[in-house]
Amino acid sequence: MTPPLVRPPRKNPILRTRLPNLPPGGRSRVALGLTAAAALGRFELQVCRDCGTVQYPPREACRACLSHRLDWRAQDGAGELVSATLLHHSNELFYRERMPWRLGLVKLDCGPLIVAHLHGDCAPAPARVRVSLNLDRAGLAALVALPEKDTPNMADDRQLREMTCDPKFRKVLITDAKTALGQALVEAVVAAGADLVWAGHAEAWKKPPGFERLSAIPQVSLLPLDLTDSRAVKQLAGEIGGRVDILINTADYHRNFGISGREGIETARAEMDINYFGLLRLAQEFAPAMRARGADGQSSAVAWVNILSVFALSNFPPHGTYSASKAAALSLAQCLRAELAPAGVRVINIFPGPLDDEWNQSLPPPKIAPTRLAADIVAALRGGGEDVFPGDIAQDWLARWRDNPKALERELAAMPHQ
Amino acid sequence: MSQTRTAYEDIVVACPVTVPYVRYSIRGAHWFLAAALAELLKRAGLAKDKLDGLTVSSFTLAPDTAVGLTQHLGLTLRWLDHIPMGGASGIVALRRAARAVQCGDANAVACLAGDTNHTHSFRLNLATFSQFARDAVYPYGSGGANASFAFLTAYYMRTYGANAEDFGKICVAQRANALKFPFALMKKPLTLDDYLSARPIAEPLRLYDCVMPCAGAEAFLVLRRGAAERLGLPYARILATIERHNAFPDDPIQYRGGWTLDRDELYAQACLGPQDVDVLATYDDYPVITLMQIEDLGFCKKGDGPNFLRRESFTAEGSFPLNTSGGLLSVGQAGAAGGFLGLVEIVRQVTGQQLGAKVQGARIGLASGFGMINYDRGLCSGAAVLAAGTEQ
Amino acid sequence: MSEPVLSKLIADLAGGRIRIVDLTQTLSPDFPQIVLPPEMGQAWPFRIEEASRYDARGPGWYWNNFSCSEHTGTHFDAPIHWISGRHLPENSTDTIAVQNFIAPACVLDCSREAAADADFLLTLDFLKKWERRHGRIAPASWILMRTDWSKRTDPVAYQNIDATGQHTPGPDSEAVKFLVQERQVLGFGSEAIGTDAGQGFHLKPPYPCHYYMHGAGRFGLQCLTNLDLLPPVGAVIIAAPLKIKEGSGSPLRVLALVPEPAAAAPRRAADRRAGRKRR
Repeated sequence: MTPPLVRPPRKNPILRTRLPNLPPGGRSRVALGLTAAAALGRFELQVCRDCGTVQYPPREACRACLSHRLDWRAQDGAGELVSATLLHHSNELFYRERMPWRLGLVKLDCGPLIVAHLHGDCAPAPARVRVSLNLDRAGLAALVALPEKDTPNMADDRQLREMTCDPKFRKVLITDAKTALGQALVEAVVAAGADLVWAGHAEAWKKPPGFERLSAIPQVSLLPLDLTDSRAVKQLAGEIGGRVDILINTADYHRNFGISGREGIETARAEMDINYFGLLRLAQEFAPAMRARGADGQSSAVAWVNILSVFALSNFPPHGTYSASKAAALSLAQCLRAELAPAGVRVINIFPGPLDDEWNQSLPPPKIAPTRLAADIVAALRGGGEDVFPGDIAQDWLARWRDNPKALERELAAMPHQ
Repeated sequence: MSQTRTAYEDIVVACPVTVPYVRYSIRGAHWFLAAALAELLKRAGLAKDKLDGLTVSSFTLAPDTAVGLTQHLGLTLRWLDHIPMGGASGIVALRRAARAVQCGDANAVACLAGDTNHTHSFRLNLATFSQFARDAVYPYGSGGANASFAFLTAYYMRTYGANAEDFGKICVAQRANALKFPFALMKKPLTLDDYLSARPIAEPLRLYDCVMPCAGAEAFLVLRRGAAERLGLPYARILATIERHNAFPDDPIQYRGGWTLDRDELYAQACLGPQDVDVLATYDDYPVITLMQIEDLGFCKKGDGPNFLRRESFTAEGSFPLNTSGGLLSVGQAGAAGGFLGLVEIVRQVTGQQLGAKVQGARIGLASGFGMINYDRGLCSGAAVLAAGTEQ
Repeated sequence: MSEPVLSKLIADLAGGRIRIVDLTQTLSPDFPQIVLPPEMGQAWPFRIEEASRYDARGPGWYWNNFSCSEHTGTHFDAPIHWISGRHLPENSTDTIAVQNFIAPACVLDCSREAAADADFLLTLDFLKKWERRHGRIAPASWILMRTDWSKRTDPVAYQNIDATGQHTPGPDSEAVKFLVQERQVLGFGSEAIGTDAGQGFHLKPPYPCHYYMHGAGRFGLQCLTNLDLLPPVGAVIIAAPLKIKEGSGSPLRVLALVPEPAAAAPRRAADRRAGRKRR
C-alpha cells in the first residue's frame, strides 16, 4: 500500500541544489503519436483500419497485414501483468538518482505487449492492471501500469509523482486571484494540499466580492502583482521566485471587439499587454529560478499553467482581438515549454471555452463555471497531460478543429455577433 | 515439412582467432578488427590479396560498415557481407560464408567480429540500438536488456520453478572454465554464495547474471577442405546450421526461441541428435537464456530446465561441458564479438586447439547464437553443429 | 530693458530670495492612473521598459523607453481635451500661446474641509470668503485647490474608490462658472486625480470644471503636490506642457517660484487671523 505523502523537511540552504536530469528523450516521429495523445490526457494506440490489429510499439505499417492505414484510437488500458522487476541499476542519470525503480511487462487485452512503469500497489504477476499514458519528466509519453482499482494515496506513489505536478506540499503563485476564477483556484489549490498560495492582485482600488475572504485562509498570502509593470514583476520574482513550485497565470484582459467594432488599437493593446506581454514578463523573471529547481527535492518546481482560451486555436471574430492575443500567448507558451523542458518543468495550457463571466455574458450556454474550471485545472496538475480542454464547448471546439480547421473557421465566422 | 537443405560437404572452418580483450580502449573498432584479420592471415599463411571474401560484425564501427573496412584495410574482394546481428552474428556469418564458398562466389572468407569499448560506448550504443528500444524500453530506465531479461527470469522462476541457485550454478561453472582461459577478463573464482549475495541489478537478476562489456575481437576462416589441407590448417566440418528471426511474435514473453522451430531440421541435417553433442556453447548474455537454449535445442524438455541444471555439471570436465572458455559471463562481451565467442571456442575444442580447459574426446560441438534485443525479446536465433575435421 | 530684470531674477534665485518649489509627483508605475468604466478607452498608466543598463544590450549606457497617457501623473489639460473646447482656436498643447505657461497662482486651502469630507465641493461661498481674506483673484491666475490629497501616498487611499465610484474633492458648478466668467482665471489645478470632484459626473453639467474651463479655452493641472508650501498669493507657476501635435495634454514639470520669506516656515496663527504678512 502506498504510504501517504509526508511534508518534506526544510531544505538545508548550504547544500547544492540537485540539477534536473531527464529520462531518455529520443523518439521516432511515429512514436510521438503517443505523446500527442498523452498531452491531451488520452491513451491511444495505432489500430489498423484494414485488419483491426492494435500496434505497439508505434510503427509505420501494420505488423499483421502491412497496411499503412493506421489510426490512433483510444484504448481502455486493461491488461494483465505478465512479469515485473525492480531496477537497482541504470545507465540513465535520471533513473540512477531515483533507484530502485519498478517496471512491468503487461499484455494489454487489446493485444500488444508493453513495458511500463509499475505502480507500487499493483499485485505481483500474474495480476490485472490498468495502463494509463502520462507525460514523463522529459515531456514524452510513458506508460504506467496502475492497480486495477484505485488504492488509498495512489497519487503519492513515488514513481507516479514523477509524472504529475501535484500541488500537495508545494508553493503556488496565482497571478490574478481577484477574478472569480482566481478566487476559485486559490481555494481549490489550498484544498489540494498546497503549503502556500501567493494570491496576486492588481488594481488595488478594485474590491470584487469574495476577495477579502481569501486573506482569511492561513495558506494564502496576498501580493500586489501588475503584469504590465516590468519592474514590479522583476521585483516580485526577486522576492519569491526562488520558492515558486507551480505558477498559474490567470491574468486575463478580455474585451468583446473584432476589428471594425472598435476604433483605435488601445483596447487590443491592453489585451496584448496582459495576455501576451504579461506572460512574457512573467516568463523572463520567474522561469529561470523554476528551471534551476526542477529536481529540487520532493517539492520541486514542477509546472507552469497558462489559462489560455479555446479562442486561441481559431479566432472567434466577435472577440477577435482577444482571440488574437490568446493565440499570441499560445505561441509564446510553446516557446516557454521548450525553454523549461530541460528542467522537467511542465507547461500546461488550459483552453477553456467561454467562462461564465461578464465578458461572455451574451454568449449562450454551456459556459464553464469558475469553480468547475478551477477543479479541472487542479485535475490537470494531478494528471499526466499538458493541453487541457475543459468543458463541453472546449471539447467540441477541439474536435472540430482537429477534424477540419477550415470548417471551424467558417463556423465561427457564421456565429451571430453580439 | 521443410525441404531438405543442401549439405555443407566440403566446406570447413579454420583459424579460430581471439584478439585479447580489454575493459576499455582508446582505439576504434577498426583497430581490433584489423588485429583479428592480421592474426588470421598470419596463422593461415594466407597473403592478404588471396582473401576474396569478408564478413564484418561490429556495433562501434560506425560510421563505417564492412564496405568502409575494405578501403581502410586495403582489401579487394569479390564477396562482402555486413552482419549486424549481435549474438547471432557468428552463426549467421558462418552460414553466409559457407554458401559463398560452396558455390564458388568466394574462395576464402574471413569472418570478423569486434568492437572497441570507450567509457561511454555502452550507453551510446544503447541509445542508437533499435527504434523500438528507443521508443518503448529506454525511456523506462532499463538502459539495455536488463529489464527484459529480468522479466523473463522472473517469469521462468514463477512458471517452471527455477530458483536463483539453478541460475547461479551456470555462472559458477562458467567462471571455473574461465579461470583457465587466458583471455578471460574475470580472473577471480566465483562461489554460489558470492553469486547469491551479489548486489541486485534488476530483480531477480544480480551482478553475476550480467556480462561485462569490453573491447576485443574474434575471427575464423571459411574455405574448402582442400584449401585448408593445402595450407596445413586444422579444420572443423560444418554438419548443419539453422537461423530464424522474429520467431513466435505473439508469445506474451519470450519463454522459447526460434530454435524450437528449427532444431529438428538442424539434427536431421547433421544426422545426429542432442545426445551426440560433446560440447555446447550457448549465447549467454543472461543465465536464463542459456537455459532457454538448452531446452529449445532439445537437451531437455521445455520446463524441465531446472531439473536438468540440478542434475548435470557444466565445467569442461563435467557431465555437460558448457561454454568451456567461460562464456560472455566470465570472459566478457566485446560487442559483436560476443556472437562469435561460442563458435570460436567450439572450433577450438573440436580441432584440439583449445586455449584453456579441454573437453576430452570432443568430436561434435554445437554453437548457438541469439541476439538483437529489439524491444522486449531477442529476434535472432541460430545454431551450428561442427565436427572435428580429422580423427583426433 | 529686460536684461536687468532677468539678471535680478537669476541673482534672487541664486541668493535664495526666490525659492523654487516642485509641485510635481514622480512619474512611476506605482502612481495611480485615472480609471474609466471598462467599456471606455483607457488612459495608459506610466510604464517604463529598460532598453539597456551598461549590459549586453548597450555596454556603456543606461536608457529606458516609457509609455503613458497624455493624462498620466502630474499633467496639464488643454482645452481640446473636452468636447466643450474642441473647436476653439489655439486649443492644443502645440498651439496654446506660450505666454500662458508662466502665470501667478492663488492657492485655496481646503485641506481641513477635504480631510473631513472626501467629496468636499469648493463653493462660490468659499471663494468669496477667501477673497475677503486674501484679496480679489487677479485675472489670468491659476486657481490651485489645496486639499493635501497628495499626502495620501497609499494608491488605494489616493484613488478612494468604493462601490459608488471615486470620492475626491473638487469645485462645484457655480464656483467654476464664477472663476471663468467673473474672474477670467487661467485655469484650475488640483492635487487629486482630476480637476473635477470624483463624483463630478452627478453635478450639472457633469464635470463642470472641465466643461466650463475648457469650454472657455482655459486649462487644468492635476496631481499637484506641495501646495501646502505655497503662499495664498504671490507664487508664480511655470507649467509648460510637451509640444505634442494636437495634444490634449501632457505630463509635465510644474514649478512654483515663491518669494522668501513667504515660502519659509508656516505663519503664526495670530498673524494669519489678522491677515498680516510677516514683513
